[in-house]
Amino acid sequence: MDLTWSDEQRAFRAELRDWLEPNLAEWRQQIGGSEFSGDTRQGVAQQLAWERRLYAAGWSAVWWPRRYGGRDGTLWDWLIFEEEYWRAGAPQRVTQNGIQILAPALFELGTPAQRDAVLPRMAAAADLWCQGWSEPGAGSDLAAVASRARAVDGGWVLDGQKTWTTRGAFCTHLFGLFRSDPDSQRHRGLTYLLVPLDLDGITVRGFGRLDGDEGFAEVFFDGAFLPDDAVGGGVVLGEPGRGWDAVIATAGAERGLLRSPGRYQATASALIELAAAAGADRQSRRRAAEAWMKAEAFRLRTLETVTVLDEGGAVGAEASLAKLWWSELDIELHELALDLLGPEAELEGPWSKGHQFALAGPIYAGTNEIQRNIVAERVLGLPR
Amino acid sequence: MRFGLDGDRVAFRDAARDLLARRCGPEVVRAAWSGPPDPRPWQGLTEMGVLSLMAPESSGGLGLDETFLAPVIEEAGWAGLPQPLTATALVAAPLGVADAMVATDLGGPLVPGAGYAEAFLMETGGGLRLYRRDEVDVEPVDTVDRARHCGRVRPTGPGAAVTADPAAAARAFDRGALGTAAELVGLARRMLDLAVGHVTERRQFGRPVGSFQAVKHQLAEARLQIHFAAPAVTYAAYALANRLEDASPSVSTAKWLAGRAAAVCGRAALQCHGAIGYTVEADLHLFLKRSWALTRTWGDGDHHADRVASALGL
Repeated sequence: MDLTWSDEQRAFRAELRDWLEPNLAEWRQQIGGSEFSGDTRQGVAQQLAWERRLYAAGWSAVWWPRRYGGRDGTLWDWLIFEEEYWRAGAPQRVTQNGIQILAPALFELGTPAQRDAVLPRMAAAADLWCQGWSEPGAGSDLAAVASRARAVDGGWVLDGQKTWTTRGAFCTHLFGLFRSDPDSQRHRGLTYLLVPLDLDGITVRGFGRLDGDEGFAEVFFDGAFLPDDAVGGGVVLGEPGRGWDAVIATAGAERGLLRSPGRYQATASALIELAAAAGADRQSRRRAAEAWMKAEAFRLRTLETVTVLDEGGAVGAEASLAKLWWSELDIELHELALDLLGPEAELEGPWSKGHQFALAGPIYAGTNEIQRNIVAERVLGLPR
Repeated sequence: MRFGLDGDRVAFRDAARDLLARRCGPEVVRAAWSGPPDPRPWQGLTEMGVLSLMAPESSGGLGLDETFLAPVIEEAGWAGLPQPLTATALVAAPLGVADAMVATDLGGPLVPGAGYAEAFLMETGGGLRLYRRDEVDVEPVDTVDRARHCGRVRPTGPGAAVTADPAAAARAFDRGALGTAAELVGLARRMLDLAVGHVTERRQFGRPVGSFQAVKHQLAEARLQIHFAAPAVTYAAYALANRLEDASPSVSTAKWLAGRAAAVCGRAALQCHGAIGYTVEADLHLFLKRSWALTRTWGDGDHHADRVASALGL
């Protein structure tokens, strides 16, 4: 146990901190006036300018190899980056689904040519990736995917529909799961495909999430032809028919095995400030401290997880425990803030917005009911 | 940067775990309900150096710190060790009180182990004094967990000054709260282990009850609480050992999370045991009743949440 940062890590933090503050100020000046949510068309445009600024300075994915636009950083650097990023009040990342979900799959199963083609453009926000897993009939039951990919000469023909696709209306590419063997059942016969969304035969319709932002989309595939070379290195990630393996290999990344504690610490700090400013009563102060302690517990557990990974260990179904904790925590932090705001809570603002966003946490990336099943069966070993 | 126990601490903890597995099975905890506890687990811990681990080398101790001892105390919690290990090894030993089983009123007015302790560390006017057994009057009380042998203790003799420094007394309280948090994590783990064992064996409707989702989800929730309380205990031990600025609030965070984990695990374990668990014949009650006591001593949840609130400027 040694919880001191090295000189290099301290220097890294200082460099980042010195960069963030003036650059955020400049960016805010550049976009002028209001900052829109990254789940709106205007917000995405604003944040692309921010993402390109991050990329130019080498901050978009510090833990990636330098050749892809990273800094050859460690997981500790990632942790420091996240702490400083959220502490500075920087915006949610419109590139996050690519960086957090597709990139780990590419590192695990992609070919060098695919990584070269996809990762630098992802880091630069030249391409924006959305996740095409859920379908109207395949939510929690992801293995029920029915969208089809038919192998043809020189590529694939896609039919079917994806839905609840985050930022689908603003993204350029989709990584998705398609049934490539029409006779297959469940987990078999699925292929993980990389799909540009500007192909003929693909229609994207954005629609409002709970907060009204056009953050969701339906993506329709009507005999769309996906050429093998539509993405450099090929459009199939891993092996055809083995898409489920790729999903499982990187499920932990989406569930937030490595979800940044910095995000919740920043929210907890804002809540403490709110409680102090609102002159909260004893009971509310206590609740604020309790929520803060849960954020602290998440930070400490993450330090332990990063240590295990850093030393070459593996953490499997524990990702489900992390997801249960942060998703419930996020709601608790926001509900308490709304309680402190009282009758003002219904105003559109960061807390009401954040509250509605937090409510998605127990639903996406595998509902919390699914996560509890995983914990019970794979961590506790209870019978199926 | 590295968060987690190193090899030495893991080996020391595992040795204590093995010892307790051999000498402090549920039958030993149960027997302590109707008489003084079996001395063998305590003797074993003494021989291992656990009791004097934190005593200064000048008083014959090992001069080691909380990061060695807290994991061992968690194991004592798991085993349900009846004797006052936290009070003796973690609260009193670092103050130079060695070679005696110590009971204390720092955690609350009902002093655990008062029925048989050899020395009493008592709070007096901001400082701490140590009394021999013949210098106190002990009024035994009936507590829900009989194995604790609690009593109300009143000094009748002069005793000896241990410290007059209120800061040292405050640190002693923090160490006691840390040890209690570690015991609670151990108890939470034990109750969950018992519940998992039970629901895997017990069949109803032709299948193990642990295959039902309603049961699974309760136990997953219990596991979740342990998963996030345990690192807080690890951190609090480190913060105390290194005298970090946030040592006191980190102890409070650990105690609050551990108390909550034990409460969630206790309820889930009792519910998932059904009527079989609602008896004094099943072992569960031995650990459940201990957890009820420990959650509300050495500062209850509200006490520690308030300490954190004030450290946060609220």
